[in-house]
Amino acid sequence: MYKRCNAQMNEADRVLRPVANEAEKMKRLLTLLITLMLAGPALAQGGPLRLTITDGVIEPITFAIPNFEAENPQAAQLASDLSRLVAQDLSGTGLFREVPSNAFIAQVSSFAQPVAFADWRAVNAQALVMGAVSVNGDQVSVKFRLFDIFSGQELGSGLQFAGTTAGWRRMGHKVADAVYSRITGEGGYFDSRVVFVAESGPKDNRLKRLAIMDYDGANVQFLTDSSSIVLAPRFSPRGDQVLYTSFESGFPRINLLDVASVGRRQIATAPGEMAFSPRFSRDGRQVIYSLSNGGTTDIYSTDLASGQHLRLTATPSIDTAPSLSPDGTHIVFESDRSGSQQLYIMSTSGGEARRISFGEGRYSTPVWSPRGDLVAFTKMNAGRFHIGVMRTDGSEERLLTSSFLDEAPTWSPNGRVVMFTRETQGADGASSLYSVDISGRNLRAVPIQSAASDASWGPLQP
Amino acid sequence: MKMMTKATVLLLVLATAACTNPNRFGAGGAGGPGGAGGADGFGAGAGMAGSASDPRSPQFFSQTIGDRVLFVIDQSTITPEGRTILDGQAQWLLTNADYRAVIEGHADEQGTREYNLALGFRRANAVREYLVSRGVPSSRLEVTSYGKERPIEICSNESCYSQNRRAVTVLSFSAMTS
Repeated sequence: MYKRCNAQMNEADRVLRPVANEAEKMKRLLTLLITLMLAGPALAQGGPLRLTITDGVIEPITFAIPNFEAENPQAAQLASDLSRLVAQDLSGTGLFREVPSNAFIAQVSSFAQPVAFADWRAVNAQALVMGAVSVNGDQVSVKFRLFDIFSGQELGSGLQFAGTTAGWRRMGHKVADAVYSRITGEGGYFDSRVVFVAESGPKDNRLKRLAIMDYDGANVQFLTDSSSIVLAPRFSPRGDQVLYTSFESGFPRINLLDVASVGRRQIATAPGEMAFSPRFSRDGRQVIYSLSNGGTTDIYSTDLASGQHLRLTATPSIDTAPSLSPDGTHIVFESDRSGSQQLYIMSTSGGEARRISFGEGRYSTPVWSPRGDLVAFTKMNAGRFHIGVMRTDGSEERLLTSSFLDEAPTWSPNGRVVMFTRETQGADGASSLYSVDISGRNLRAVPIQSAASDASWGPLQP
Repeated sequence: MKMMTKATVLLLVLATAACTNPNRFGAGGAGGPGGAGGADGFGAGAGMAGSASDPRSPQFFSQTIGDRVLFVIDQSTITPEGRTILDGQAQWLLTNADYRAVIEGHADEQGTREYNLALGFRRANAVREYLVSRGVPSSRLEVTSYGKERPIEICSNESCYSQNRRAVTVLSFSAMTS
């Protein structure tokens, strides 16, 4: 849908072209960073502008983003909107802080002019984002450059994105993703969408509809009506399909919905009285889910093409909320087989399950990070709910939030941020979506008009 | 025919009064509210509808016997009070063989959504097993769960939670099998 072309071609530029898979992309990014570090005295002196996202206190990187240049009069509004959106994306991470434009000393007249590094240093901007926009009918083209002010270098090379004016926000997100990526060395997450449940009506007769939005709450579209309860939608790996639990028949069943056509069908699960808690495998070909039969709930997988079912757990307990590891070899799930809800990991080919949660309280809704290193979960302890993360062996548990009711974490495509549902207390209690980064900083509400729950964060869009 | 008409009327009244699940009768198979008697039945029998004093009426079932049992936090064990109610339900169902039931399990809001769905199911299933142990044919009983999606009390403390941890036996009339 979006064409991206390089304003200048060189080694570094090639790194940022779309590539087939995330691993390859990361490898190339790392190559870029190493290349930059070895690039010579100018860079070696202060080191390239580089933010390592780890735990501990991070001093945000300061950036300046002058209004993008409008290359023709029709582009004036979008040039302003796009630069604001890029600033909002970057500031919203908590990793970057914008230098307000009224502090600027440098006169910025055009995208092509040489950068007055001293003027930007004087206002303490570590990074400078320059952009230019042109509009031709319903087509818009955005180009940008990123400068490392203190080393006096351009960081990466210019990039250009082209698309429709109606889809302008996606281009802003793409610019922000590129900036984020160049400074952190990690994939971004701004040009991504979230499927969730939009809620309305009183607490004892809540109406629920599936909806989709941009990661920042913009462009909400409804995918179903509110005639029956829908729960816990989950994106396919490519973001083109959604699995969810529907009460259309009066009994929980799993539906598969095509995002583009909004067509839906029920998945033929293994025979049972209730099927719910579905999730796609990483290749999108299998569905893992919970099936309830005769008082017990176990985990199954079904191959979408062949319709073959495989039973993964067989205990008298409740086994639910399965989530696959990125390599597809293991699942993490919750079970009350020990007497209370705890987290377990087992091989997708069967065998024993190993318990990984040992802290106080109950653990639920585990979700394997797309990077493979962490599991996000809901923890219930002493009347409070928390979103937390732990390593896949259960070590280094870290609680990120605490409230009356937090649940259902979902990972950003780069595994650095978790979005979740927070519900307030009492007769007027309502749900909304929040996000927090994996060090527990930067807790913020996702701005959505309606009440909302059960987010599933989709992949970066191509 | 007269009996069936009357039951249909009562069923329609029950359907109007119930608000948690518009599909509850449709799911039960043959006994949909429109399928059993239709508008004629409603007109002819309206005067007798809603009489909880008639021991054969669904109102008697829901109000006098009790259509729901409550559970302790995180438990699905039937309490002694619950057993008394379910004994009454079983007897009623054995006497009124034209009825089927869907047992709906529910949980309070203090839990995660999908686990609570499974917990509600476990509660509904405990009720089914008890009714079957009292002689009700399992073919007449279905189970489903709404988890924490349909509380009947909406405050956020134990006085409400205790009412929401419930399994409700919802009748449907199955004229075709009688």
